[in-house]
Amino acid sequence: MIRTSIVAAALICGIALGAAAQQSGVTVSDAWARATPSGAKTGAAYVTVKNMGTAPDRLVAVSTPVAGVAQLHTMIDDNGVMKMRPVTAIEVKPGASVTLKPGGFHVMLMDLKQPLAEGQSFALTLTFEKAGPVETKVIIAKAGAAAPAAMGGVNMGDMPGMSGK
Amino acid sequence: MTKSRNLLIGLLAFLVIVGALVFVSGIWPGGDGQGVTSIAIGGPYKLEAPDGTVVTEQSYRDKWQLVYFGYTICPDACPTTLNEIAGALEKLGPDAAKVQPIFITIDPARDTPKAMGEYVKAFDPRIVGLTGTPDQIAAVAREYRVYVAKVPDKDAPDGYLMDHSSVIYVMRPGDGRFVATFTTETSADQMAARLKKFIGNS
Repeated sequence: MIRTSIVAAALICGIALGAAAQQSGVTVSDAWARATPSGAKTGAAYVTVKNMGTAPDRLVAVSTPVAGVAQLHTMIDDNGVMKMRPVTAIEVKPGASVTLKPGGFHVMLMDLKQPLAEGQSFALTLTFEKAGPVETKVIIAKAGAAAPAAMGGVNMGDMPGMSGK
Repeated sequence: MTKSRNLLIGLLAFLVIVGALVFVSGIWPGGDGQGVTSIAIGGPYKLEAPDGTVVTEQSYRDKWQLVYFGYTICPDACPTTLNEIAGALEKLGPDAAKVQPIFITIDPARDTPKAMGEYVKAFDPRIVGLTGTPDQIAAVAREYRVYVAKVPDKDAPDGYLMDHSSVIYVMRPGDGRFVATFTTETSADQMAARLKKFIGNS
């Protein structure tokens, strides 16, 4: 009974907060993806997960309507050989955050329904072992971007008026 | 007697190993001291460009070539590197005309010329994407000492992913000889700075 109302309250909270989805102590923020070349069947999405609770939690699944298959993957640089591997879960310790970013953990999107276009967005659901599903909005940055557009990545090109032309 | 003989054999073996290490690691004296070497990287190849033209090791001999291997299913490592190359071209300004980045697939079964064209265009239209028959790709990968391995993954497109070396080879104009490597750690700024130096010295 109490548990149900907490979940309900958390759900309402999550809806009210909108941008920073929050549920059972886990927040998901700065979700972004790279635009994909036309015809591409795969893509990658990145996100920051913070555990606000007092117990460890684990990100165990991901899903999105834009891809037939979404998985947690990691990229291992083994002496210059890049190895991409699926991972079963990503642990988030209490009070800590984990950032999925290029060259490491990422949400691997396979069987893309359509190319991811720069400037657009899509929904991504992250499912945690304890916190359950958390939905977030993923903003699409340019192909190969190193960071989300809003955060001003290092490779976003010169700002207008600063190019010295 | 036996002891000193063993010592001599040991010493000879040691020298051979050190020599081999110096040889393969590319720490050869000369050049700009960063991986500049005289070991054989690269060689003759015949591949296909997105527009259907045949490209060989002679095709871009008038430019500094940046040769990089990857595949289009790769959503994390390859885009990062291609984006740095695109950034380097941007920073080079007019000197970018003296540089030809080449992205060669190590996954010829899935990467058609069209797929390669669409893929590189997303980063910079000046990058050329090449594919070929499995034999042609195996040959060029061998020449560039690129490690390639097919890894089964039931959820991946067609059931597999590829492990591959992520190194950018810099080949000089004229004889097309290998002069340096960039890695996944090399930023667009660093690439542009080193290429500017190479271009200035040539």
